[in-house]
Amino acid sequence: MTVHETTTATAGPKKARQDARGTKVRRRRVRAAWLFLTPMLVVLALVAGWPLLRTIWFSFTDASLSQMGSANFIGVENYLVYDEGWYGLLADPLWWQSVWNTLFFTVISVGLETVLGVIVALVLNAKFRGRMVVRAAMLIPWAIPTIVSAKMWAWMLNDQFGILNHMLMGLGIISAPLAWTADADLSMWAVIIVDVWKATPFVALLVLAALQMLPSDCYEAARVDGISPVRVFFKVTLPLIAPALMVAVIFRALDALRVFDVIYVLTSNASSTMTMSIYARQQLVEFQDVGYGSAASTLLFLIIALFTIVYLYLGRRQLGGDQ
Amino acid sequence: MTLTHLKRAVLKLGFWLMVIALVVYATFPFYYAVVTSLKPSSEMFQVGYWVDSVDWSNYVAVLSQDSFVQSIINSVIVAFSVVAIALLLGLTAAYALGRVRFKGRTRVMMLVLGVSMFPQVAVLSGLFEVIRVLDLYNSPGGLILSYTIFTLPFTVWVLTTFMRQLPDELEEAAIMDGASPWVTLTKVFMPLLWPAMATTGLLAFIAAWNEFLFALTFTLTDSERTVPVAIALISGGSQYELPWGPIMAASVIVTVPLVILVLIFQRRIVSGLTAGAVKG
Repeated sequence: MTVHETTTATAGPKKARQDARGTKVRRRRVRAAWLFLTPMLVVLALVAGWPLLRTIWFSFTDASLSQMGSANFIGVENYLVYDEGWYGLLADPLWWQSVWNTLFFTVISVGLETVLGVIVALVLNAKFRGRMVVRAAMLIPWAIPTIVSAKMWAWMLNDQFGILNHMLMGLGIISAPLAWTADADLSMWAVIIVDVWKATPFVALLVLAALQMLPSDCYEAARVDGISPVRVFFKVTLPLIAPALMVAVIFRALDALRVFDVIYVLTSNASSTMTMSIYARQQLVEFQDVGYGSAASTLLFLIIALFTIVYLYLGRRQLGGDQ
Repeated sequence: MTLTHLKRAVLKLGFWLMVIALVVYATFPFYYAVVTSLKPSSEMFQVGYWVDSVDWSNYVAVLSQDSFVQSIINSVIVAFSVVAIALLLGLTAAYALGRVRFKGRTRVMMLVLGVSMFPQVAVLSGLFEVIRVLDLYNSPGGLILSYTIFTLPFTVWVLTTFMRQLPDELEEAAIMDGASPWVTLTKVFMPLLWPAMATTGLLAFIAAWNEFLFALTFTLTDSERTVPVAIALISGGSQYELPWGPIMAASVIVTVPLVILVLIFQRRIVSGLTAGAVKG
């Protein structure tokens, strides 16, 4: 990126020589650039832009799955309406339950993934024999399809025959088997266990990449001065990897806010683990209420858009380019 | 002196225990799935940590189901098509975004990044309509189209990052020779971008292979499903009698190729992930 900027901006004499031909070539290149971008932009408009607008439109209609074409505009009735009592999405306790579940899931799982991910990255950053093998092992959870990992864990968490209950009872931690996925108090934690297992490697890899770019001289200095490793971590390492960690956290948070498949497989539509995505899809597909489901989708989109805007604002400087 | 020796030894022991704990944590669930899949159904409900005798009956049961084999074929078709489309469109877009300075470039980059963060549910009803209008409902075509929403932005983003790192001189020489942008892209840049394309292609393949929500919503019959949906919908006599042996066998079948790919290309994948996230 920087190479490109400097050569085009500061190659003075060379540029002057090319100027006459340069503008023509430049104009041709810009035209070609837009031509090259068009297919991508058309496809994105078809699969993202237009469907999003339609979803927002549907949220103001009474569309149903069987007759999406002949929907009537009903204003904000899907969101909130007074008809001898408040009705609509914003008055539905299950919706608020799923908002709360989503936020709880996001904060806890991303928090755990961050802490664990940093620890794993620190271990992988140490020089020891077999480091490559350990790193390869850490990639396995990331590579396994979410559905498969959910099924694998569902089997391990099985209340009667699951190996986890077997282990915990063998160690004397619990006295009776736990119904991990069926018990309303435990099922959210079961989901978090699976998500943390699957996503920690992602955080660890990003943090590891940042760790490997750190300058070694300040560590030499710290070692010579006899500062404790824990202090060095909090005073030197953590501030230096903070940007990469931030990116990892935001990526994970955006993923967690739209979580669907782990929960769908582990606990289906149970209200104790229902997230916004599960809620919206249930309304849309199972209850065939496209209008109401679209209203839920739209609210989820707004929440994630807010996060994205914050992220883009924070990451704007790195985009570089023509500013 | 002995005290520091002791301290060193304890620290070293602790470190290795941690490494072992990490490896066990990361690999045990998959290992246990393999162990379960190799047990006969009569031993299914006795917890065991090892494979005593190998029994292939679960694999036979799964692979003799036509719909499961068909779902593997569907997944392969969808994933390869998605990779091809994402690379083709991503490469041309990345050339424009990475090599040409023009007004609105940053805005396009922002747009692409924004789309990559779309919650899939947010476009579900609109996309459902598009797919029905195009007559792609319950067919691999509908999935290929819809998967571009998450593979394309990512591919564009990573390829742009790689494209920007290539030296300018190459392109200047091509322009001097009067090469058109298309020739520059295909003859000059593409040969240099093979590693980057392999990385992004692999990541797009994994994403398409693993996708669940669209596949669940936009297909209806067993013959059109992809592998994740097929596995999620394997059911037994009742909700409480899931056939765990065949489920684990199916899980292992669809995961082993991915795990092998990832282990072979682990350096590439790490560089792709970091290019997509850290530099973005």
